[in-house]
Amino acid sequence: MSDIRELSFSAAVQEALAQAMEADERVFLMGEDIGVYGGAFQVTGDLVHRFGEDRVRDTPIAELGGAGVAVGAAVAGARPVYEFQFSDFATLAMEQIVNQAAKMRFMLGGKVSVPVVFRMPCGSGTGAAAQHSQSLEAWFGHVPGLKVVEASTPEDAKGLLLAAIDDPDPVLVFEHKLLYKVKGHVPAGMYRTPIGKAVVRREGKHATVVAAAIMVHKALEAAEILAKEGIDIEVIDLRTIRPIDGPTIIESVKKTSRLACVYEGVKTLGIGAEISALVAESEAFDYLDAPILRLGGSESPIPYSPILEKAAVPQTDGIVESLRDLVKGRI
Amino acid sequence: MATKTTGKPAAGKNARPFYANHSAAQLKEALRRMYLIRRFEEMAEESYVRGLTHGTMHLSVGQEATAVGACMDLSNADYITSTHRGHGHCIGKGAEVKFMFAEFFGKEEGYCRGRGGSMHIADPATGNLGANGIVGGGLPLATGAALAIKQRKGKDVAICFFGDGAQNEGAFHEALNMAAVWKLPVVYVCENNQYGMSVSTARSTAVKDVATRAIAYNMPGVTVDGNSIADVNEAVSAAIERARNGEGPSLVECKTYRTKGHSRSDRNRYRSKEEIEEWKGKDPIPAFEKDLEAHGIASRSEIDAIREAVEKEVQDGFNFATSGTNPTPDSLLRGVTTTDDIAMGVEA
Repeated sequence: MSDIRELSFSAAVQEALAQAMEADERVFLMGEDIGVYGGAFQVTGDLVHRFGEDRVRDTPIAELGGAGVAVGAAVAGARPVYEFQFSDFATLAMEQIVNQAAKMRFMLGGKVSVPVVFRMPCGSGTGAAAQHSQSLEAWFGHVPGLKVVEASTPEDAKGLLLAAIDDPDPVLVFEHKLLYKVKGHVPAGMYRTPIGKAVVRREGKHATVVAAAIMVHKALEAAEILAKEGIDIEVIDLRTIRPIDGPTIIESVKKTSRLACVYEGVKTLGIGAEISALVAESEAFDYLDAPILRLGGSESPIPYSPILEKAAVPQTDGIVESLRDLVKGRI
Repeated sequence: MATKTTGKPAAGKNARPFYANHSAAQLKEALRRMYLIRRFEEMAEESYVRGLTHGTMHLSVGQEATAVGACMDLSNADYITSTHRGHGHCIGKGAEVKFMFAEFFGKEEGYCRGRGGSMHIADPATGNLGANGIVGGGLPLATGAALAIKQRKGKDVAICFFGDGAQNEGAFHEALNMAAVWKLPVVYVCENNQYGMSVSTARSTAVKDVATRAIAYNMPGVTVDGNSIADVNEAVSAAIERARNGEGPSLVECKTYRTKGHSRSDRNRYRSKEEIEEWKGKDPIPAFEKDLEAHGIASRSEIDAIREAVEKEVQDGFNFATSGTNPTPDSLLRGVTTTDDIAMGVEA
């Protein structure tokens, strides 16, 4: 009965937070306006009434301090989940994330662990313009010591967050804001989606698309359209940006012989660059029948105008056209 | 070091609290740790000059009273965060110099298995969460450790060491404000050695005393003579008691001086020889010895015996380090994440 229920992405995240706090008293939440306000995207909702202000802790508007306090609490035995109101604001906290959280275990000879989770609402499409719409996953994916995950479905949103809270290392959980209202099947129990494992969302034989978060949905839409033309696309949902699941991608490319990477972050030096290189360096290289295709965010900040905002990140129509060209040998 | 008021007080109740509240053994141990810091750093510098160790290091010669005075009433369950000039805090909190030397020599036996070096030296077993290469990096971390204590309704405290340089970082403001709003059990100990690398506090800081900044965070702030272990300990002790009682954070500014340069590259162009000489005259170690003798707590021969024992400990520690184990290149990923460690089949 409960196993066929549907929840929105944001309700799935909230359920993960509630179950984690229920199960482990060391778990607590910190962030700006996550208490009575319920979070800027209403993800924490009414949790403050259930768990109290100490465990659903409103912070001052102080991202460097807030993130750093979460890191310190984690080292000292707590299990904090710090919500950045927008992942863009993590730029204010880079010192604590990159210099402290990521490196502490290593610098201290493996004698401590840093079980902190940062929740990172990201992405464009809300009209919030350049400082509230970025997709900075690749930045953090560049840092040894960090783990970076990004769900595309409500089921994985819950499972990856629970896995992140369990994980002894710092994990950044990116949540695309346009997915918060997307509904899907979410099991009721406490389950974990493994960190470091991608999943094939749609099997196909003509080309592999590797996508993350909202781009998985767009890639699947594109695949449905192309299926009517007899083009059969395989779609891989990356789910973890670091450590990236090479084997799943390589196996798929060996089968389809074509690769496209679709991601919202800026194209240059982004996720697609890493996936392309990973394939080019692997045995899958010999299987390639076409150049590798990257569809990423434009080389610009995210603009305000809805027309320009749409143009700044890959959209379904463009993905369809590019994949058609890729499969028909026009690239 | 044991918590205070264990054993017979070293001095009568008319003596100042530092002498009345600690046993003779505790006070002699404090002196021993001050020597240990001094001699450890001198030996570490010598190793560097002789080319035996690489990298850089930041010496706290002249600042020993602050490190030891602030740590002497803590237990291993209490936390400290330290700074790039952190050897004193490490020893003050109870670290063994042989493992510190081993770290400097990049050996597996070092506190950080040779991965951290001087700037990241730590000893989590004694509650030392580590030195920090980022000025102000420890301020949010200590505040977070204090939050973890509060979340688990514990009675422990966190001491955050930072320098005069760090109090101009944004992290200082964010951390102190949060600690005060949430009444966290943390004591901010500013080691004001009067220079952030080459820039004096007069040139970098709008207020004369860092402690006055406490007003902005609605917490007590006091300035003490950082070269007097008694002054430091009494102020930090009061702040610790406040923190343990749930009354929130405090700021203690210890005015002190590093008689050595900022690091190995320092040519002392920003301060005069006279100034350095003047502060050498305020050396905290002979001052403490004099007080111990005056109170009849330690005789000259006892003091000499402590000095000799430290000499041996430092030499033994140095020898231990030089005969330590070098890490193998295939262990490079050790400690990056727990996943890496599990893949390598090693335990933390």
